[in-house]
Amino acid sequence: MENLQQILDEALKAVDASENESALDEIRVHYLGKKGALTALLKQLANVAAEDRPKFGQLVNEAKEQVQAAISVQREQLATAALNQKLATETIDITLAGRGQTVGGLHPVTRTQERIEGFFRGIGFDVASGPEIEDDYHNFEALNIPAHHPARAMQDTFYFDANTVLRTHTSPVQVRTMETSEPPIRIICPGRVYRCDSDQTHTPMFHQVEGLLIDENISFADLKGILQQFLNVFFEDDVKTRFRPSYFPFTEPSIEVDIWRVNSKGEGSWLEVLGCGMVHPKVLQMSGIDSEKYTGFAFGMGVERFAMLRYRVDDLRMFFENDLRFLKQFN
Amino acid sequence: MKFSESWLREWVNPEISSEELAAQITMAGLEVDEVLPVAADFSGVVVGEIISAEAHPNADKLQVCTVSDGSEEFQVVCGAPNARAGIKTPFAKVGAVLAPDFKIKKAKLRQVDSFGMLCSASELGLSDDNSGILELAQNAPVGKDLRDYLQLDDLIIDVDLTPNRSDCLSIRGLAREVGVLNKKDVQAVSVEPVSVSIDDTFPVIVTAEAACPRYLGRIIKNVNVKAASPLWLTEKLRRSGIRSIDPVVDVTNYVLLELGQPMHAFDLEKLRGSINVRMAQSNEKITLLNDEEITLRDDTLVIADDDSALALAGIMGGSMSGVSATSQHIFLESAFFAPTLLAGKARSYGLHTDGSHRFERGVDSELQKEAIERATQLIIEIAGGNAGPIIEKVADTALPQARRVRLRRQKLDQYLVVHLDTEQVTEILMRLGLKVIEVTELEWTVESPSHRFDIEIEEDLIEEVARIYGYNNIPSNMPAAAINFTASPEAKTPIQAIRSTLVAQGYQEAITYSFIDSVISKQFFPDIEPIALSNPISAEMGVMRPSLLPGLVKAYLHNQNRQQLDVRLFETGRRFIGRIDELQQLDQQECIAGLLAGNREIESWSNAGEKVDFYDVKSHVETLLSLNNSVSADYTRASVDYLHPGRSATVSISGKEVGVLGELHPQLAKKLGCNQTVYLFDLDLQAVIAGELPVYSPVSKYPEVRRDFAFLADSDLPVATLKEIIEQTAGESFKKVVVFDVYEGAGIDFNKKSVALGLTWQHHSHTLSDEEINNSVEQVLVALKDQLGVVVRG
Repeated sequence: MENLQQILDEALKAVDASENESALDEIRVHYLGKKGALTALLKQLANVAAEDRPKFGQLVNEAKEQVQAAISVQREQLATAALNQKLATETIDITLAGRGQTVGGLHPVTRTQERIEGFFRGIGFDVASGPEIEDDYHNFEALNIPAHHPARAMQDTFYFDANTVLRTHTSPVQVRTMETSEPPIRIICPGRVYRCDSDQTHTPMFHQVEGLLIDENISFADLKGILQQFLNVFFEDDVKTRFRPSYFPFTEPSIEVDIWRVNSKGEGSWLEVLGCGMVHPKVLQMSGIDSEKYTGFAFGMGVERFAMLRYRVDDLRMFFENDLRFLKQFN
Repeated sequence: MKFSESWLREWVNPEISSEELAAQITMAGLEVDEVLPVAADFSGVVVGEIISAEAHPNADKLQVCTVSDGSEEFQVVCGAPNARAGIKTPFAKVGAVLAPDFKIKKAKLRQVDSFGMLCSASELGLSDDNSGILELAQNAPVGKDLRDYLQLDDLIIDVDLTPNRSDCLSIRGLAREVGVLNKKDVQAVSVEPVSVSIDDTFPVIVTAEAACPRYLGRIIKNVNVKAASPLWLTEKLRRSGIRSIDPVVDVTNYVLLELGQPMHAFDLEKLRGSINVRMAQSNEKITLLNDEEITLRDDTLVIADDDSALALAGIMGGSMSGVSATSQHIFLESAFFAPTLLAGKARSYGLHTDGSHRFERGVDSELQKEAIERATQLIIEIAGGNAGPIIEKVADTALPQARRVRLRRQKLDQYLVVHLDTEQVTEILMRLGLKVIEVTELEWTVESPSHRFDIEIEEDLIEEVARIYGYNNIPSNMPAAAINFTASPEAKTPIQAIRSTLVAQGYQEAITYSFIDSVISKQFFPDIEPIALSNPISAEMGVMRPSLLPGLVKAYLHNQNRQQLDVRLFETGRRFIGRIDELQQLDQQECIAGLLAGNREIESWSNAGEKVDFYDVKSHVETLLSLNNSVSADYTRASVDYLHPGRSATVSISGKEVGVLGELHPQLAKKLGCNQTVYLFDLDLQAVIAGELPVYSPVSKYPEVRRDFAFLADSDLPVATLKEIIEQTAGESFKKVVVFDVYEGAGIDFNKKSVALGLTWQHHSHTLSDEEINNSVEQVLVALKDQLGVVVRG
């Protein structure tokens, strides 16, 4: 019996001291194998008094189980330690940058234009487009701007010949839409427009989004409602606005919309952001729409102006230099 | 138009502040651009009189003046060349403040004491004139505070009037508007006919009646053009930005501002025979008041005498016939010229005058008589003279006719949504000077007066009512509309997705001008005649781009020159190819183009700084063209002038060319200043947008089998040809082929290359046997050898 306890103590000590899988294997063979020390004890069972045999057998088996359990625990611990060591050697600097390209970005004007389009698409407007080299009729005549109308001087026009221009607004797209479709009409016309003007606050090319809604019973109040909501949604704010009488040959009444802006010094001022009005009956008639039955409103805005306000860009010309250090700010 | 607030208030004086007045005018549609004080905020300056002016003992350019303020005399050192005994001039006494940091103190100038300062107009913020001290009228009361004397506590209001509101290009028009807004009556100046004291007349013939429906003229004799215009007159002119010249010119300018009628005065003694209002003859010449000689066209109206054209009607007078310092007798003109005839004419001669500005937009056709009487009265009051009778030539049928316009209650309510009382609407119309003929429950009938020729249709009246009621008082409403959804074809790739694809590959979107330099255009596209603008901003922006690429290369150079060398740019937009005289056929197609240069990956520890090459740009093009299940594209060797002949491709889809890609031609790149290799692509946007709906096919459950081969082929054999033959011969179970290596060099014969391919087979209904695969392989190998002489590498 004393022998059993001694063997068991030795075995557990050996397991505890083992440093790897093969050492553990050796211990297992040494104590638990067919020729192992504990197995050998069982073989001595014949030498034990008959009445003690069951008890002795039980003790030896318990000792074997105890050793087996210790080996399992130790094996687990060794495996964990080995894995930990392996992982430690595999450690890398996770602060280094990832591999490959960085993502690029949209031009701020496109970004703004898509935002404007998104609002109007959401309330059921379609997006229409048209040619940029236009004939005089669609750019002027059909919009109630006959030759030599003083309003032509309001828009410095690029000419190719007496009858062909670079469109000065996207309104010709509205005309083309009215010519080919029946009310109700709900469209917006985004795109490039051109004016023969270049200085600190004007570029010879810029972008507009114009809109047109024609239906029965459309009122001035509808125009105000939609544009006020648009401004609120665009600027994500309750925008303070004023609707000011103005003049465009293609609308009557004509309106300019100012918004109240507060600068970094806390000084507020009105800033014009939209031109709009009720579509002039002559414009409807010229495009074949019954101006007694239908009324409508039209509006137009400069995309660059909205981008400047939204992203606090203070130099219009930056938009067309395509300097990566500028463009990447909008990614 | 600039005007003095106090002048306006002489006509109508509502009890509101200057700020409120400016805001009110703006909100009525007469946008106030600027409000400025009429003078600097100075104090302590009085009317002084120079008693004597002696040379300064120690300085050539200075004088020592004795100046009186009415009660005392002061010694003042002055540097102005016009300082002289006897004149009245602004005198800033010791203690006067000219600006917050500019206080007048006793001073010593070159050892002579000076007690105060004599002031120029610019020092007082009255004008930019800094040439000498300001000379005041001889009757200026010495000692009087200058602010009181010149009534300088006033503001200049500058309104930016829209072209339809020329009726407000006068104090009278503005006063009418302010009167309506404040429901105040306007105190119009009363114009009484001047008593005629001589019988002299000058004959007038109006040949061009349609262009000049009304012409009035009269002689005024014995006018003293050397008389000084009174202060009230010159100050009003100054506050409207007009310089005082002589009493006759000053009065015509004054009447223009006051009533809105442009007028002209001729020197009677320079006129020959008769006045003839006629169209110019082609190539007739005239020297204008500004001493510019111009050659006339026959679409231009002139005022002529028997000898020659004297003036550009309604635009500018001639230098020969105008009133000068020696004039004694004058012929005064007050006419109505048809706006349609004058429109654009001044501009066509490079001119723009106060007169042309008004006549083009329209002048009240009933105003001429009142204006000529008003001007005569003022001229005689200031410069003396004897007025002759007025000669008037009228072509009634050519004059604008009064229009009757109907305003329906139902239409008004529909537009404005609010219901305004009938009386309120009637009052607004009447105060605007419109003649309300009839009012019923259902409508108003209104006649537009001669000064509101812009009122033509019902909507014009709605605008007037809305404007006076206030646009901001009209409610806001969201219109109810039938739900109507426009289908977006699923087979088409939205432009947003196309842009996002490039953005994900590191591209920045650019927006370049649609016009480029014609020289650059020719360098890229020698065979395309670019479409030229007739009035470009500059030669650099002279022609419409036949492609987006030159603009992108320019943007690249901008960045390259600012040390930005890793450049990926793309743009969408139209190109323009064709002839302006064939506008319908002109190609204004939308394109998507890109530019790639620099490192393949961002500079980093993780790469060796490999540069992008043809296959990078090709991968981007392939990606774009494979969006939305598109039909596959074919790449053939391109021959375009601006691309490297060996490293460029034409892209076709179903046999139709849809774009190009490749390396910018090294020679062109060098010429343009590129200091690294630049790759480009340019595709028709519609080709990228076009796609197909996915159609399901069953996925095979059976395993794939792959066999790899290395082939030895001629180095100029396109791998695409190899693949094509494999696809044709590898049997029905053939799935795909990948090229996993291409090698030329050591171990390979000269002019040969090794191409390593992996072929994959899979059957939809059974597992392929070795035998089946071997048969397919055999067919492939035989075909390659027979057709291309390509063999498996030993």
